[in-house]
Amino acid sequence: MDPFPSLRQLTDGLARGEWSSAELTKAAVQRAERLGGPLNCFITLDEEKAMSAAERADRRLGTVCATPLTGVPLAHKDIFCMEGWRTTCASRMLADFVAPYTATAMAQLEDAGAVTLGKLNMDEFAMGSSTETSCFGPTANPWSLEHSPGGSSGGSAACVAAGITVAASGTDTGGSIRQPAGFCGLAGLKPTYGRVSRYGMIAFASSLDQGGVLARSAEDAALVLSYMAGFDPRDSTSSKHRDPWLEAVPHAGVGELEDGHLTIGLVKEFFADPPAGAPLIDAARRSLEELGLRCIELSLPHIAMAMPAYYVIAGAEASTNLARYDGVRFGHRCADPQSLADLYERSRSEGFGAEVKRRILTGTYALSAGYFDAYYVRAQKIRRLVAQDFAGAFAQADLLLAPTAPGVAFRRGQLMDDPIAMYRQDAYTIPVNLAGLPALSLPCGLQDGLPVGFQLIANHFDERRLLQTGAALQRATDWHELRPSLDWAEAA
Amino acid sequence: MSGVPGWEVVIGLEIHVQLATRSKIFSGAANRFGEPPNSLACPVDLGLPGVLPVLNEAPVRMAVKFGLAVGAEICPRSNFDRKNYFYPDLPKGYQISQFEQPVVGAGRLQVRLDNGESLEVGIVRAHLEEDAGKSVHDAYEGETGVDLNRAGTPLLEVVTAPDLRTPEQASAFFRQMHGLVRYLGICDGDLSQGSMRCDVNVSVRPAGQEQLGERAEVKNLNSFRFVEKALHYEIDRQIERRQRGLPVERETRLYDSVQDETRPMRGKEQSDDYRYFPDPDLPPLVIDDAFINAVQDDMPELPWERRRRFLEEYSLGGSAVGSSVELTDRASLTVKELGKADRTINVPGDDRVDKTIAEYDADRLTRDPDIAAYFEAVVAAVRNAKPTVAGGRDQDGREATARQAKLAANWILGELARHLNQEGLGFAECKLPAAALGALIVRMEDQTISGKTAKTLFDALWEGAAAGADGPSAASGLADALKLVDGMIEARGLRQLSDSGELKALVAEVVAAHPQQAEQFRAGRDKVLGFFVGKVMAATGGKANPQQASTLLREALHAPS
Amino acid sequence: MSENDIKIDHLAKLAALRLSEDEQPGVLADLRRIIAMVDAMGAVDVSGVEPLAHPLDATLAVRPDQVTEEVDRRRYQAGAPAVRDGFYLVPRAVA
Repeated sequence: MDPFPSLRQLTDGLARGEWSSAELTKAAVQRAERLGGPLNCFITLDEEKAMSAAERADRRLGTVCATPLTGVPLAHKDIFCMEGWRTTCASRMLADFVAPYTATAMAQLEDAGAVTLGKLNMDEFAMGSSTETSCFGPTANPWSLEHSPGGSSGGSAACVAAGITVAASGTDTGGSIRQPAGFCGLAGLKPTYGRVSRYGMIAFASSLDQGGVLARSAEDAALVLSYMAGFDPRDSTSSKHRDPWLEAVPHAGVGELEDGHLTIGLVKEFFADPPAGAPLIDAARRSLEELGLRCIELSLPHIAMAMPAYYVIAGAEASTNLARYDGVRFGHRCADPQSLADLYERSRSEGFGAEVKRRILTGTYALSAGYFDAYYVRAQKIRRLVAQDFAGAFAQADLLLAPTAPGVAFRRGQLMDDPIAMYRQDAYTIPVNLAGLPALSLPCGLQDGLPVGFQLIANHFDERRLLQTGAALQRATDWHELRPSLDWAEAA
Repeated sequence: MSGVPGWEVVIGLEIHVQLATRSKIFSGAANRFGEPPNSLACPVDLGLPGVLPVLNEAPVRMAVKFGLAVGAEICPRSNFDRKNYFYPDLPKGYQISQFEQPVVGAGRLQVRLDNGESLEVGIVRAHLEEDAGKSVHDAYEGETGVDLNRAGTPLLEVVTAPDLRTPEQASAFFRQMHGLVRYLGICDGDLSQGSMRCDVNVSVRPAGQEQLGERAEVKNLNSFRFVEKALHYEIDRQIERRQRGLPVERETRLYDSVQDETRPMRGKEQSDDYRYFPDPDLPPLVIDDAFINAVQDDMPELPWERRRRFLEEYSLGGSAVGSSVELTDRASLTVKELGKADRTINVPGDDRVDKTIAEYDADRLTRDPDIAAYFEAVVAAVRNAKPTVAGGRDQDGREATARQAKLAANWILGELARHLNQEGLGFAECKLPAAALGALIVRMEDQTISGKTAKTLFDALWEGAAAGADGPSAASGLADALKLVDGMIEARGLRQLSDSGELKALVAEVVAAHPQQAEQFRAGRDKVLGFFVGKVMAATGGKANPQQASTLLREALHAPS
Repeated sequence: MSENDIKIDHLAKLAALRLSEDEQPGVLADLRRIIAMVDAMGAVDVSGVEPLAHPLDATLAVRPDQVTEEVDRRRYQAGAPAVRDGFYLVPRAVA
């Protein structure tokens, strides 16, 4: 078997009886154990749970109840609550938290028969772009252990890029799926806001958070998304939008590009200061043109203001979303609290890491009396301007093309002392979250041995064109076939 | 005293109404009282990581119902905001409330005051929010226990304009609200369980001054009486400080009913910076006309509508004199306090009783929907008794209706309320069926029993019903009730002496036995007649008809001896 | 919007965080840089623009008034730091 199979290959093999889920799962566990140490991509790896799920899947395979996910080992960002699993959000605050319920998106994957191998490392509470703020230590990039896999879904990216699982869930608040996908040479899909239920996905910034998937191809990402997505009555922001195309993906795949004469808008502002790997992104653009897509240049005039607006909004929402961590009902509690204030302040100060505290304080500032209008309200107004910019762009183009990150993976530790530089990692991804749009990061080659990614952005609920275009591109090119050598594993 | 000359008092209220829904406002956990701690707190109520609120439709419907009742604008697009502060009974570290855009806008409520006047009080807004849990401070040494069963209970917070000027007006408003929410069926009104809680904002200013004085807020008052007492104390305190040249601090205070004083609230050393902002988990709530119309179509009869109907249907017209005038001097009464009042008049069967439903009775009968319903059931039972007793459209019929209604009102607001109050029960929990009281009134009306024996019969019925005896508690139909009542009248020998020959002989005996008093009467001291009536009533064990007895006595006394 | 406006003690109190003396200067410096970055928003003309709180401009869906949650207190309290008789315990909060 190809050590880097596609999800479809696994499914077909399972269906034909070439391998069992138990075999796949056992192999995945072994690979996780072998590569997981240096990568530090798993927070929790549970062979026992995984094997018993695999055995259940094997009984289901061959029956009418089997789905393309039945028996496929997956791993999940440790931000999704799963009943009986420790769910930590990579925070000391939740280091011992065992969720008493399961996130809707995870329940849907498990209902489809997917096997959960374990829970993946991330930046604490998804705040970060390097997977270095985890209280369980940083994750390494399988392409080069000295480099960051990006973040916050860096554990997910490392896991898939190292071939431990074919896909992994992630979440994207300001780029946390796409940037690590870019750094690790993967397809990273951030769906339309409201497409995937947020119930059970531990909140960072509620109006920006969206669950999604990292996989090696657009086709595989679409398949996983089709099981994660759907209206959830437990999430008031979940959309009732029905998408017959997405519902058909499990049996029909994403399909051919239905309308061959799409227009791709190149966002002028994003290329003004050429990102690293610009020639590679340009090659991707040319490949798209060869597929019959037309490229135009267009402008998003307020895009430069997206980052400041984002850090105000995300901080504001986070500052109150994280108020529930008070040492009373669950989570970390300081030893021997002397008073109520002592309980709160010490539990929270011990439980949260530096970046989380920074965000909470930023958000508290933006919401506090006297600053609310100048920061929070203004940021929400800019958010509308950014959303209007996109609406204008989609009047001219079907998809937008942009870099995923300003550069390739940076060295671990390189940005840890410079929060602003770290924040800039998300400059190209953040505007999409402000507008709630779907976006897909795809690999387009290597620079200095490290993957370069670019993203396609679609209008709300237009994942069809996004994924059909991505899949068409990947049928015509082989950037997604590039594999990390993993020579460090042999050395280890 | 709050009526200090030279000072004007300004009061505004914030009333928290717990809405009587099946489930909580943002979760599917049961909205119930009195369960073991944290047994009704689901992951959403506990604020576990990852959970999300989903709005229950019922509180929205109830808020709209309230809004329509007070003539308020229903906001077509309202918002839920987060109010951020840390406290153990607030699991998420924020309360979901409505700050910028409440569901109910400005309206007004007419308050019936005890002096018979009405006062229009402006309602600034009413908004939906979630209740917090409860802290138990005295159960554990050095520790506070937190019970989150109440967390997430839907609340409607009603904010009044500063239109109130006295503690009595404030408690009258609270009482009016209490009746209204129960008419609307949106709250069980159980004050002892905190179903309605009142925060009062009060300030004083020198009479004539335009600018409001600094105000203090007294929180969490859960009875009409406490509202009055806390305000009296607080007003005196503020005036005293101002008179001594001291400032009134803007602060939150709590009322201690044991010490009868207000004290600054301690423990919540919170900044007032609540950092309200729109809850990103809850998009705006849009209420369309169809929704509002559906609620409108479902509106019950409102207290003031019922009051007007009672006055029209059961009164001979106009505000009756007598009882209402005399009663207006009384201290205000709560529903449960009604029975405690010294009802010197309105003794059932008393001849001086006014024959119509006066405004005062209408106020009291309609204040509580359970009382009103009970009253109407009693009157209906009496009407159904037989054609000769029943009221009707003609003059005689209307008079009969008014008389019966008055009798029913007197029994309900007098004896029955007193008995219920002694047991600490509300009218909804009254075990004595309305039909039984109706039967009693029928037998008074047809002169079978006298007012005095009616009282004996009532006590017997009450005890029987309370004991759960087959008779009274089961006599829900009038026929059964009459059978029961008639049986009790016979068994206890309560039938009124109607044989005038027998009574005449007794009267003669009594007159003969008291020659001195007879002389006084003949000398013009008419009041002495009462003495003789009393003697006759005593001699008959209350079974004589007092009217008949006095007629016979007059005859006997004036007759040449 | 000047840097001096950041009252770190006040913010920490609002956020129920305690910053050690070693921590505070660094945190304050970082906050100043972040706020300075964010202050760039001041240059945008936002007059007449409605704030956008929800990315899809969605409206709220309500649920029917039904009890759907079975509360399993033992399970929910399994990981609670301090529980007695079903109550969560905290240091005495004086009312």
